[in-house]
Amino acid sequence: MLKIDNLHAEIDGKRILNGLSLTVNAGEIHAIMGPNGAGKSTLAYVLGGRPGYEVTGGSVTFAGQDLLDLEPHERAAAGLFLGFQYPVEIPGVSNVQFLREALNAQRKARGEEPLSGGEFLKLAREKAGLLKLDMEMLKRNVNVGFSGGEKKRAEMVQMGILDPAFAVLDETDSGLDIDALRVVGEGINAIMRAENKGVLLITHYQRLLDVVKPHKVHILSGGRIVKTGGPELALQLEEEGYEAVAA
Amino acid sequence: MASASALSAMRPPSNRDEAWRYAPPTELEQLDESQLGWRSLSVAEGETEIETLIVRAGARASIQRVDVQLDRHARLATHVVCGSRNFARVEFRVRLAEGSHFELGGVTLGGGETTHEIVTHVVHAEPGATSSQVVRSVHWECGTGNFLGQIDVVRGAQQTDAAQDFKGLLLDKGASAHAVPQLEIFADDVKCAHGATVGQLDEMARYYMAARGVPPEVAKRLLVRAFIADAFVSVDDEKESERLLELALAALEGAEL
Ligand SMILES: Nc1ncnc2c1ncn2[C@@H]1O[C@H](COP(=O)(O)OP(=O)(O)O)[C@@H](O)[C@H]1O
Ligand SMILES: [Mg+2]
Repeated sequence: MLKIDNLHAEIDGKRILNGLSLTVNAGEIHAIMGPNGAGKSTLAYVLGGRPGYEVTGGSVTFAGQDLLDLEPHERAAAGLFLGFQYPVEIPGVSNVQFLREALNAQRKARGEEPLSGGEFLKLAREKAGLLKLDMEMLKRNVNVGFSGGEKKRAEMVQMGILDPAFAVLDETDSGLDIDALRVVGEGINAIMRAENKGVLLITHYQRLLDVVKPHKVHILSGGRIVKTGGPELALQLEEEGYEAVAA
Repeated sequence: MASASALSAMRPPSNRDEAWRYAPPTELEQLDESQLGWRSLSVAEGETEIETLIVRAGARASIQRVDVQLDRHARLATHVVCGSRNFARVEFRVRLAEGSHFELGGVTLGGGETTHEIVTHVVHAEPGATSSQVVRSVHWECGTGNFLGQIDVVRGAQQTDAAQDFKGLLLDKGASAHAVPQLEIFADDVKCAHGATVGQLDEMARYYMAARGVPPEVAKRLLVRAFIADAFVSVDDEKESERLLELALAALEGAEL
C-alpha cells in the first residue's frame, strides 16, 4: 500500500534521510521507533509534502501512484493522513469550519458530493464521541488554547472525520496521560485497523503499542531503517535501549 | 485643525502633508478639487447611526472624506470595505462630544499597483467619549495599504478611552503596508491604546490545512477571512458582518465589488 524505496531527503541542504526503505501492506500497522533526531518527523513531513523538505533521491509509491508527485492537499485527497507531533494552532478558524472545508475538498477531489452542514455535524459528533472529546471543543478555533493532550485527541477526531486510507502518526502518544493514551489508542484501532488501510505509527513508547498492536516494528536511526522485527522488538528496545539493539 | 483643513482646501495635497505622505505622487498630481470636498455627517444627542462605505472598482481614484460631528452620547459605527482597483482613500474627521462613541471597522484589499488608505483624525473634544478603530489591510502583488490615524485628546477631555488597532497582511513580496499612529494627548485621565503589526500568512497554518486536503486557494481564503474578521466583530447584525466579509473576500479573489 505504501512503498518507500531508498528515500533520501534534506532540509536546508542538511541530509536527514539516507536511503530509507520500508513497505506497509494494506491491513498492516507498522511502528517506527528511534532516538531523538533520527529523522522520524522528517520522514512524516516528507511523506506529507511539507515545503522545505527536499527529496533528493528514491521513491514513494502510495496506492499505485507516485506520492512525491502530488501536492500536499492532493496527497490528503488520495487518502494520506499525517498526524502532527505538534498540531498547529489556527486563530480565527474553527475546527468545524476547517474540517468541513477539508472533508468537502477531499470529497470534491474524489468526485463525491459534499456533505451538508447537518450531515457534517452528525459525523463530527460521532467521532468526537469516539475520542471522548467534548463537541464544544470542535466549535473553538483550531487547536487554540487546547492542552497538549486535547490537541492529540483533536488530531484523532480529525482522522476519524476524514477517514483516510493510510495514516502516518507522529508521536500521537506524547503528552497523553494513561487514560487518554488508551482512548487515543482505541480510537486508532477503531478508525484505522481494517483490511484496506495502513498505519505508520511513530512512537517512543511501548505503552501505545500495548493498545495498538503493530504487525512490524522498525528502528530508524541516522536517517535509515537499521532494524526490523515483530512486536517483540519494541519490548527489547524498552529494556535494552536503542544503542544496544540497533548496534 | 480648522486652519489645517483650510490650507488643504487651498492647495492640492502633496506628500509633504503628514496626512498624505504615503499617497502615490502620480495619483496626487491627477486629483482635482472636486474630489477633495468633505461630506458632513452629524449624529444628534443620544442617537445611534451606522455608516457603511463600500469602495468599489471605479474609473478613477476614489476619495471619500467624511466630517463627523457626534453630539453628546451619540454613537456612530462606520464600516469600510475598500476593494477598488484604483487609488482609494477613505478619510474621517471626527469630533466627539461628551460621552459619545465613534467606531471604525475598516478593511482594505488590493493587488496590482494600487494604494488604499484609511485616514482618520479623531478629536476627543469633551470628557467621557470613546473611540475604537480596527483596520485590517490585505495586499498582494505590488499593492499598498496605509492607515494614518491621528487621535487628539484636548485639555479637559478626561475619561477618554481611545483605541486604534492596525494589522497588515502581505501576500506577496512586493506588497507593503504602512501604519502611522499619531497621538496628541492633553488630558491626564485617559486610556489610549494603539498597536500596529505587519506580517505574512502563517506558513505552518497553510501547510496544516493542505495536509488535511484543503487546496491552497481555499486555505488562503480561510486565513484571510480570519484575519479581517476582527474589523467587523463589533457589528451586531451577524448577517451584515457576513455580507461585509464576503464582499471583502470577493475583492481578494479579484472580483469587481
Ligand atoms: N527545519 C530544520 N532545519 C534544519 N534541520 C532540521 C530541521 N528540522 C529537523 N532538523 C534536523 O533533522 C534531524 C532529524 O530531525 P527529526 O526528523 O525531527 O527527528 P526525530 O523526529 O526523529 O526526533 C535532526 O538532526 C534535526 O536537528
Ligand atoms: Mg519527531
